Amino acid sequence: MKLRPLIPVLPVFLLAMWLLLNDSVSPGHLVLGAVFALLVTVAIARLRPLPAWPRRLYVAIGLIFHVLIDIVRSNLAVGRIILGASRYQPTVGFMKIPLDMRDPHGLAMLAVIITGTPGTVWAGHDAENNVLTLHVLDLKDEAAWVRTVKQRYERPLMEIFE
Amino acid sequence: MSASDVPLWAALPAAFLLVCGGLLTVIGSLGLLRLREFYARIHAPTMGSTLGAGCVLIASMLASSALAERPVIHELLITVLILITSPVTAMLLMRAAMFRSKS
Repeated sequence: MKLRPLIPVLPVFLLAMWLLLNDSVSPGHLVLGAVFALLVTVAIARLRPLPAWPRRLYVAIGLIFHVLIDIVRSNLAVGRIILGASRYQPTVGFMKIPLDMRDPHGLAMLAVIITGTPGTVWAGHDAENNVLTLHVLDLKDEAAWVRTVKQRYERPLMEIFE
Repeated sequence: MSASDVPLWAALPAAFLLVCGGLLTVIGSLGLLRLREFYARIHAPTMGSTLGAGCVLIASMLASSALAERPVIHELLITVLILITSPVTAMLLMRAAMFRSKS
């Protein structure tokens, strides 16, 4: 196995949260926040023994950028559908997308991204066959949705988590 | 410190963002009224919790940074927490609806 840099997400996130909440980066708060973050991490490890080890954070930056663009775009699309709803009701529908990703944290991130974008909701996941059920507000072009989910979201998530 | 102390260069974009965020949230809520079935309505309020909330939070960062004359970025925390939690309720509602229409 090649050596890859691992980032402990939870303690880093907790420390950042502590510093933001206190609105200061004084040495005292840094030490207090680090102690607090480590204690919570140890406590959480007993509740959830499966830690997430994301790698290649530069991929994550690109992914966040893509997701932000998609959120803006789909907000405008959903807004247009709502304003035009008196003439034309959208054709809602479920669709199935086979996934390659198995990592539970990657799948959780995918669920948050898909549901967080207006117009699509994660409607279920078959763990045995690894098939995702997606609900789409205006289902016209199934192939386009498969492309978006698999190439835009799933591939970078697999690079990060697997 | 009051609202009139915010300098113009920050007040104008902040006001614009607030109007945008408000409009997006109103349109999203309007969707609850205008779309006819549950499976369509579940998509509408997401507008308010993503771009609507995002606009308001950026406006807040801008105005409070200009008032305090240093970067104020607590709002990032609110953004992250909203982005993590709001999809969970949408997924729960979706699963519940699917379960009910199955039985």
